[in-house]
Amino acid sequence: MFSDLPLLSLVIWLPILGGILVLAAGSRNALEARVLSLLIAVVTFGISLPLLFNFNTTTAAMQFTELHPWISTWSINYHLGVDGISMPLILLTTFTTVLVIIAGWDVVKSKTAQYMASFLIMEGLMNGVFASVDAALFYVFWEAMLIPMFLIIGVWGGPRRIYATIKFFLYTFFGSVFMLVALIWLYLQSGSFSILDFQTMKIGMEPQIYLFLAFLIAFAVKVPMWPVHTWLPDAHVEAPTGGSVVLAAIMLKMGTYGFLRFSLPITPDASHQLSWLIILLSLIAVVYIGFVAIVQQDMKKLIAYSSISHMGFVTLGLFLAWAIMTNTGSTQGVALGIEGAMVQMISHGFVSGAMFLSVGVLYDRMHSRLIKDYGGVAHAMPLFTGFMVLFAMANAGLPGTSGFVGEFMVILAAFKGNFWYAFLAGTTLILGASYTLWMVKRVFYGEVANPQVAALKDINAREFVILGLLALMVLGLGLWPAPLLDIMRPTVNHLVQHIAVSKL
Amino acid sequence: MVLDNLHNVNIAIVLAPLVGALVAGLFGGPIGRKGAHTVAILGVAVAFLLSLSQFYHVVVQDRGVISQNVYTWMVADGVKFEVGFLIDKLSALMMVVVTFVSLAVHLYTVGYMADDEHNWPHDSLMGRNSYQRFFGYISLFTFSMLMLVMANNFMQLFFGWEAVGLVSYLLIGFWLNRPSAVYANLKAFLVNRVGDFGFLLGIACVLAYFNSLNYADVFNAASLQKDVMISLWPGAHWSLMTVICLLLFVGAMGKSAQVPLHVWLPDSMEGPTPISALIHAATMVTAGIFMVARMSPLFEWSDTALSFVMVIGGITALFMGFLGVIQTDIKRVIAYSTLSQLGYMTVALGASAYAAGVFHLMTHAFFKALLFLGAGSVIMAMHHDQDMRNMGGLRKYMPITWITTLIGSLALIGAPGFAGFFSKDTIIEAVHESHLAGAGFAYWSVLLGVFVTALYTFRMYFMVFHGKPRMDQHTREHLRETPWVVTVPLIALAIPSVISGWMYVGQMSFGDFFGSAIYVAPQHDVLGELAKGYHGQWAMVLHAFVSAPFWLAAAGVFTAWLFYMRFTEWPALLQAKLHPIYTILDNKYGFDRFNDWFFAGGSRGIGRFFWHWGDERAIDGLMVNGSARTVGWAAAVVRHLQSGYLYHYAFAMLLGLLLMLGLFVMH
Repeated sequence: MFSDLPLLSLVIWLPILGGILVLAAGSRNALEARVLSLLIAVVTFGISLPLLFNFNTTTAAMQFTELHPWISTWSINYHLGVDGISMPLILLTTFTTVLVIIAGWDVVKSKTAQYMASFLIMEGLMNGVFASVDAALFYVFWEAMLIPMFLIIGVWGGPRRIYATIKFFLYTFFGSVFMLVALIWLYLQSGSFSILDFQTMKIGMEPQIYLFLAFLIAFAVKVPMWPVHTWLPDAHVEAPTGGSVVLAAIMLKMGTYGFLRFSLPITPDASHQLSWLIILLSLIAVVYIGFVAIVQQDMKKLIAYSSISHMGFVTLGLFLAWAIMTNTGSTQGVALGIEGAMVQMISHGFVSGAMFLSVGVLYDRMHSRLIKDYGGVAHAMPLFTGFMVLFAMANAGLPGTSGFVGEFMVILAAFKGNFWYAFLAGTTLILGASYTLWMVKRVFYGEVANPQVAALKDINAREFVILGLLALMVLGLGLWPAPLLDIMRPTVNHLVQHIAVSKL
Repeated sequence: MVLDNLHNVNIAIVLAPLVGALVAGLFGGPIGRKGAHTVAILGVAVAFLLSLSQFYHVVVQDRGVISQNVYTWMVADGVKFEVGFLIDKLSALMMVVVTFVSLAVHLYTVGYMADDEHNWPHDSLMGRNSYQRFFGYISLFTFSMLMLVMANNFMQLFFGWEAVGLVSYLLIGFWLNRPSAVYANLKAFLVNRVGDFGFLLGIACVLAYFNSLNYADVFNAASLQKDVMISLWPGAHWSLMTVICLLLFVGAMGKSAQVPLHVWLPDSMEGPTPISALIHAATMVTAGIFMVARMSPLFEWSDTALSFVMVIGGITALFMGFLGVIQTDIKRVIAYSTLSQLGYMTVALGASAYAAGVFHLMTHAFFKALLFLGAGSVIMAMHHDQDMRNMGGLRKYMPITWITTLIGSLALIGAPGFAGFFSKDTIIEAVHESHLAGAGFAYWSVLLGVFVTALYTFRMYFMVFHGKPRMDQHTREHLRETPWVVTVPLIALAIPSVISGWMYVGQMSFGDFFGSAIYVAPQHDVLGELAKGYHGQWAMVLHAFVSAPFWLAAAGVFTAWLFYMRFTEWPALLQAKLHPIYTILDNKYGFDRFNDWFFAGGSRGIGRFFWHWGDERAIDGLMVNGSARTVGWAAAVVRHLQSGYLYHYAFAMLLGLLLMLGLFVMH
């Protein structure tokens, strides 16, 4: 019954139009805006479910495709489709948006309708990024997505929000410009804006290098990779809880998704040539950022740095292919790295989302993110502490939680490439546990630090639902990742075969 | 059909304590204390009985190994990662030991934690259901430990490995209002993570070269890979087996607290005593011993790794024993004793006497759990005072605790006939037979260790149960034997502490108890050599009286008697005379101070350096804001363009972009 519907268009446009509706209808009554927004988010999530249930796990081809001419003079099409790489990300987006709407329910008191609408519109735009098969369409969504996030941080953010938004905007805008140039070059060469055509066309080595670097700048900023990461801690610190959640859970994945969709398949030879650079930057992210995270005094900053470190595993897993092929002479292990990277993307969506929501729970009560203002929170909030320890353990990569799966796979794959890659990546076991659990110790354990902590109220039903859902996802993915792997396998195998062949 | 049943039994064995844990942990409030401990004890009891039945099937009836896959965790890159069980004689034995000790500890906890609310600030919500939560944790531990020992693959082994680490973390920090407890649990987790780091790399190495994580696949292919050399850095070639085994052993060093990763175990005594017995003496800390024994088909191919194992074990056995001699906290004495005994087991592994190592693991689990629970009983009677200097003469007040602790002490020092005697003597003899590098050192370590063991054990025994009572008046008036839930587990553990050695020495040390579960290469078969001279338990006991270990132990007991019963002023005199040595021991050889300074302080220093100099100055200061300043300066020069509005800049960027595009298209 669902197969006739343009599902992808619906998950893009329903929240966008819904957001506009919320703006129009809800400005007078905050409750109305909340209920309407939640309804739209839930319906969108419901619509995205058939993407999962009707997904064909035997093919690497694009599914649920929609193709209409858009600007035919430049052969730009409204071309949508998903494969095993993008479909899970769309579900992550629709799921996270529901949580964010609930999380902001009675916390956001000023301009509620605009707040909710921003998230709905952003949801649609982000789904558009993941569903676009046409590069021009992709670019439009990619840039448009900045606007709601810009507003979310700029309007509902903290005291230094202006500095943070400008930094965020200029960084990402700066990066995207290079991508635009790359896309236009590809269009001029191929006469098409279809990403699939870009992927199959032959490209010489020199242009590949330039294309790769242009994409790299755009995506590295988004991931973010060291050393273009410093916008992220600032943005997170100033963003409202919902903004941080969406930023960490989904927007960072845009960068790594870009590597998967553009860099690897379009410029495989340049990726081969420069994979050392990505591996180097990834390992720096894991180790250097891991150390930096240890000494953070602001919980949100700490989690932001932890995000950068965890995203290092994604980029590492994506670019291990050639190290493995050189070292072992076979492609065995390449898919393990890429699949591990993708599992890590999904898992990080849940775990970082949960961590930021948890900090939000504390911030809503205490209006402080500084670790030193807390201590002994467990005595006042036992239920919340239970959730927090679970998420902290997931953040530290404990087996049985989703945080383990991706890191485990990437470390296994890295060992096939080079012992020292695995060695350096493996330090996350120690560093990740250090920064996460040290924070937990100082915030939740010990004696009650001050009267404000003593007066804290444990989480309410609304917060319980959000954290409970995330806990289920974290445990579910940790205990049985097989279904997710089954979804992505054909696409990843196809990608591995594709990048193993030179395009020259 | 029969096999199906056996498979279902395995699933029931792990699920029973898990269900107990979830019910007691998550619904502790509604079901209350009684509901929580009933369901938790029931779950572990079921696991124990079913483990016995598997033991009967696999060991007693010898009807073969049970191997099964429960579900496919994931398939990635053609490799199947399964969750499954392998029940052979090694895992069957471990299951029985784990569930038996766990059951005893569960029962004991009913008494020990009965008035736990006093340990919490009165307004702490954490203190509300702490009793139920404790049962949830120890049942969860039992589940995790069973997953670890029953695993049929490395992935699940690692799951269990880290899961027991998690529960250990939660339980050491159980009284989370105590700063020392939450310091100790973080320390324990992080030190274990250092071990797990090596362990995970070892697993990655196994996957890289065997392309499977299933035990059977790996062990069967091990002999094919024995000559493979790998290069970790240019010019250095290592045997693959050595690399794998050393990496895996780093994991064992963390979990089984071998020097220098031993530092967490003494601090773990901050946790409630039942878990010191269950986790930090009897079961979890022996996971490393179990793991190496399990991996014997790999370790047998690397003499280098075996020598390393033996030397580390020797260092731990002797030098951690010394530290036990000067402790005044009763639990810390037993903790250092645990470290030392783990060293004995490790030495056995290094000498390829895996069976003896596991044998000692079993006997140690009984008598060490007994000693801890005995200490807990004393601590309860002493109103949670753990300082032995305040005890003395307790034998008159607590006869059951006294006798059972004496039994445990005799088993620990290896008094002939007791359980520890058979297992420890086998280890000492086995190392004597070994010809690997480091065997000489290890032999002298474990031999001297016998004296040290007897000295600290009976020092504790005399200080607690004999001599004049030194506690205050109030405490003395309330001294009495602990309730039956405490004493019954003591008696239950005292029985195997006496008889388990006698019962199993023939089969485990010198027989073929473990069958195919443990592989020993012919040239390493020290136990096979010893078996030729084995003529039954009586002969072994009689022979003991003419061998060095017995007299060393006797000398240790005598010395303890001299110092702590006869001439009680001697310890202080000696301490003053040997002040430098005492200082070294008191500082625990400086490991803690060094780790605090170098690793903890160093990491924070590096972190701050990267943050302030890397992120803030170099990247943000120079590159980002620096370019912003440059732009600002340029804009100041071209004053008319400088407006300060974001949209102007964005517009300028777009303009530039269009210009570039235009140039490009024209070109």
